[in-house]
Amino acid sequence: MSVSIVLLVVMAALYACGVYLLLERSMTRVLFGFLLVGNATNLLILIVAGRPGAAPIYDETSTEAMSDPLPQALILTAIVITFAVSAFLLALIYRSWLLSRADTLSDDADDLAMRAGTASTAGEQTEYSDDVAEDASEFGDDEPETPPAADAEVTR
Amino acid sequence: MTAPVALVPLVVLLPLIGAGAALALGRRARAQRVLAVLALVGMLAVSLVMLIAADTTGPLVMEVGGWAAPYGIVLVVDRLAALLLAISAIVLLAVLLFSVGQGLADGDAETPVTIYYPTYLILAAGVAIAFIAGDLFNLYVGFEVLLVSSYVLITIGGTTERIRAGTTYIVVSLVSSALFLGSIAMIYGATGTVNMAQIADRLDAIPTDVQILLHVMLLLGFGIKAAVFPLSFWLPDSYPTAPAPVTAVFAGLLTKVGVYAIIRTETLLFPGPELNPVLLAVATITMVVGVLGAVAQSDIKRLLSFTLVSHIGYMILGIGLGSVAGTTATIYYVVHHIVVQTTLFLAAGLIERLAGSTALPKLGGLLAVSPLVAGIFLIPALNLGGIPPFSGFLGKIGLFTAAVESGEPLALVGVAAGALVSLLTLYALIRVWNAAFWRPAPEGIGSVVAVDDTAAPTGAVITAPVAAKTPRIMTGVTIAMVGVGLALTVFAGPLYDLSARAGQNLEGSFYQDAVFPEGFDE
Repeated sequence: MSVSIVLLVVMAALYACGVYLLLERSMTRVLFGFLLVGNATNLLILIVAGRPGAAPIYDETSTEAMSDPLPQALILTAIVITFAVSAFLLALIYRSWLLSRADTLSDDADDLAMRAGTASTAGEQTEYSDDVAEDASEFGDDEPETPPAADAEVTR
Repeated sequence: MTAPVALVPLVVLLPLIGAGAALALGRRARAQRVLAVLALVGMLAVSLVMLIAADTTGPLVMEVGGWAAPYGIVLVVDRLAALLLAISAIVLLAVLLFSVGQGLADGDAETPVTIYYPTYLILAAGVAIAFIAGDLFNLYVGFEVLLVSSYVLITIGGTTERIRAGTTYIVVSLVSSALFLGSIAMIYGATGTVNMAQIADRLDAIPTDVQILLHVMLLLGFGIKAAVFPLSFWLPDSYPTAPAPVTAVFAGLLTKVGVYAIIRTETLLFPGPELNPVLLAVATITMVVGVLGAVAQSDIKRLLSFTLVSHIGYMILGIGLGSVAGTTATIYYVVHHIVVQTTLFLAAGLIERLAGSTALPKLGGLLAVSPLVAGIFLIPALNLGGIPPFSGFLGKIGLFTAAVESGEPLALVGVAAGALVSLLTLYALIRVWNAAFWRPAPEGIGSVVAVDDTAAPTGAVITAPVAAKTPRIMTGVTIAMVGVGLALTVFAGPLYDLSARAGQNLEGSFYQDAVFPEGFDE
């Protein structure tokens, strides 16, 4: 099986950059990392499909000239899943921004409490509250220095 | 095509159709609830019929759209898949009823539950797809379906803690999915197929080092999902913040789908013994590390999450033995653990309802308030800890016997660790029981009975016990789940025999023969 070296190099680069970004704390970078890793995996599927060929249409192409259609179907499915998950991640990032004015992931309060040897406070979560909904109009346009407000109370 | 085979797609279709219809009925809470319950009752009925059919007449193999394997997609329900489907359907239905009870008690109108029931049903469909998938890519799709709906469920409500906890969970799951998809690509490159039976048939032709590479990649992906140490770090962080029913169903089912995938990998795709020592070692470490985490925790839900990780180790131990006896014990243990772990999380939900918190320092004196809940928690706690005669004890005996039979030093170390972990689990859970129920209420917490349900501030941090009673449906469902756990003990004989038959089926070329009755073309 001959493999396109360009595809291989691109795939490796995508994987490397993707993994690097996934390790960041900033959620937006994690999203980009996920997209890069997803595309790298799609390229991997394309690479293992073997030599490229003509469109695999039953009447028009001879079996020998066809490219393998199954990996393309797999890639399509994978793309759709990546698309849906990125939409969800964007919503998550937006919500995270609304709540804490921060794009980064904070440490787990319980872990910190455990390390400090103090009692846990988890298990008393505030239920859903919609008092941040009115703040939805701005997403990073001003006040980037707003301190991460406690929980759902965004200072406005 | 016989009648039971035609039922196979229904376990996926019923919840999916239910999800669509429930979403359309979003504004009519009552109709939505009824529909969701009906869909899962249907799923349960279909799974039970399939379990009987798979046990009496052999595996049900459905070629979707009439396209024959390996070109078409096959859905395969053998004894293992049917058994897990049935037990999952029971748990899914119970947890759904629990959340219906919770919703009725809280008043759904104020909370954004329009998407709760549809998402929950899609989760059920995803679990079903994963169990019946006959090819690796379908398994991947099943995983994605259940994962994406679990993303929604774990962040439902969108509070700061849930977004934070959900983010960890989601990113880790995405990495595991990418690994899984990458290994599917490489397996396809090596074997030219994604059909599991055909992969199993063709693997012999592949060099051993490539086999081990593919094997390790698959196990890494599944290991993250099953929460096997050292890939388990995400679980105790993310599960406890979700609502009680969501945590219960995640704890019961999602990790077990990962375990199921590992069983299939080890018995069907890569039955060779190359990685068994690794599995045994990892299983031992998972058990010990998980339970040590549990002992250190002071919050019930986090503690239970750590025991969940710890007990995944038992299942991996059974798989790592690589014998029919080990697989049999693992299957029984999976069934037992799905039920008991879910029950414990539901009981934790009841405690949260009673006391407004699951943090141990804030609990106490609940035995006087509700002896019923105390009993509900105690029975599955003893069961998980492996006290005779409960199913946890029987499952562990099965595992230990199989391990001793194998005679491998690593397996014997695993047995010793397992016995110790069982005691430590008991210690951790009884500590919870003592703190929450047995000891008098700590200073500074008001008399429980005096505080009225309606007086509790909603949407605020609750520091005092809030209710003297738990809603009837929630309590009833949890009692029913305790009953299912006891039934696993009472009917342990037939169930263990069924597990043994399921374990037998995983040996040799049984699966391949079922999918390709006429043999392979080549």
